[in-house]
Amino acid sequence: MSQAITVDDVSFAYSDQPVLKDVSLTVEDGEFLGLIGPNGSGKTTLLRIMLGLQAPDTGTVELFGTPAGAFTEGTRLGYVSQHSTDAGTSMPVTVREVVRMGRYPHAGLRPLDAADHDAVDDALDRVGITELSDRRISQLSGGQRQRAYIARAIASEADLLALDEPTVGIDANSLERFYDLLGELNDDGITIVLIEHDIGVVVDHAETIACLNRELYAHCPTDQFLETDALERAFSSARVLGAANATGGGRP
Amino acid sequence: MTTGAIGSRRGPSALLVGVPLVLLAFGGFIIWVFPVLYDAFWGATCSVADTWLVCSGFLQRGFTAGVMIGITAPIVGVYLVNRQMALIGEALAHTAFGGVAIGLFVSAAVEQVDHPLLFALVAAAVAALGMQYLTVNTDGHADIPIAIMLTGGFAVGIAVISYGVVFSATVESYLFGDILFVPFENVQLMVGLTLIVAATVAVTHKQLLFITFDREAARLARINVWFYDTLLIVLTALVVVAAMQILGAILVAGMLVIPVAAAMQLTDSFTRSIFLSVVLGQVAILGGIFLSYAWNIATGAMIIIVAIVVYLGVTAGRISRS
Repeated sequence: MSQAITVDDVSFAYSDQPVLKDVSLTVEDGEFLGLIGPNGSGKTTLLRIMLGLQAPDTGTVELFGTPAGAFTEGTRLGYVSQHSTDAGTSMPVTVREVVRMGRYPHAGLRPLDAADHDAVDDALDRVGITELSDRRISQLSGGQRQRAYIARAIASEADLLALDEPTVGIDANSLERFYDLLGELNDDGITIVLIEHDIGVVVDHAETIACLNRELYAHCPTDQFLETDALERAFSSARVLGAANATGGGRP
Repeated sequence: MTTGAIGSRRGPSALLVGVPLVLLAFGGFIIWVFPVLYDAFWGATCSVADTWLVCSGFLQRGFTAGVMIGITAPIVGVYLVNRQMALIGEALAHTAFGGVAIGLFVSAAVEQVDHPLLFALVAAAVAALGMQYLTVNTDGHADIPIAIMLTGGFAVGIAVISYGVVFSATVESYLFGDILFVPFENVQLMVGLTLIVAATVAVTHKQLLFITFDREAARLARINVWFYDTLLIVLTALVVVAAMQILGAILVAGMLVIPVAAAMQLTDSFTRSIFLSVVLGQVAILGGIFLSYAWNIATGAMIIIVAIVVYLGVTAGRISRS
């Protein structure tokens, strides 16, 4: 099996505040990885480094065998972040227009063609929001909006879907449907990296789990993970760290 | 490696080949074809409705220039407003005014160099790139470079004018706009700028929209965000300089923002909001010019007032529906 993401000995610091230290892990093609850890443990930073949105201070990252910084096949990557829910709150843009953006990297400067529009229709259908396609994105509920973002990634035919706390502010019912959808996409062979606050949800859905708190505490299949004390160690080190530096951590 | 260097080079390289070719075609059109079309159109209009409103040369030029601004300003404005960069046009207009002041000063000294708008174009373009550089390379809020450019450009303009010998009427025409003051070369310049802006946006609309809506996702899709940001701000500089003759440096930003603000309330679709902005822009321009002559009020001011009345009407209509 080939690797979707290879992280090798990556360290990163914001000025003198260390965020990641000597992190190495490999995400196989088709893996469903849950990335967990306490607040300010560097999960988001690690994900952004994995995607080439940020460069590590030391160490190397490869996306599908290419250094992440030089990786140009943007169409293979999909990203749904906690901030996605904030985007476009006042902007007039319909659900269909958002999903179309998934085709933009394919199209470049040429207009979208019939195949592009078919891919958009299929993606809308796949996540079950076809009937909402002419609605303004800001008028959707949180769950519907996240499905639209997933549809955008599907339309772009992404091989790797990265999600950073995608379900913040989503009700329990939509949450279950959302994770069922992720499971289906993973069954289709899409690699998924998921950051999620709710560890129970991650344990239910992810195949493998990486537990992070500046350092990587464990990366193994979910059932094995539950038998280790990695979680406890990661979170107890967070408490020690938190007591020593109450203002530390946080996101960029 | 910095993240700014990541990005597809395909878009920019295609542009580098396409733009010069298109520019050549535009140049030919504007110099030889456009004057013929212009005369034919206004000749026909004048023979149909024989009033001073369409038969006087200065109003023909004013209307033509106004219609061009009513197209370009809202098109660029749609992206700016949705990026919360509404005031960038104001800052560029003020630096363009600084450029005009320098141009007038130079033309007072060297009579052959009488092209203040060219100086304005250079000043606005430099300011646009400078602002882009400051935004990327400093830590402050995005509105700090805008405030600095806005006041700085104006300060330079006033300093040069106070030092040099410039007729105050000329200065006023650039500050407040003057529809009687648009020579035919400037109408040609405006048609050229309009074609450039419209064609560029037509080709790069997808990238501009993607970045406007979701900057991170656009970067992830390996779209060259820096390139398209710079392109947008340079387009804004072109529009601002073109619009300055009619609206004046102080009022230019209104045309970038107000029609867009109204259109955003009328539709849920981004593409439709572009077309609606242009329609409302035309309403403001044409209505403003008519009323300014009917009531003998400054044209630039009347255009902005009509735009705001339209905006308030749309807002009131929306509130009463909901």
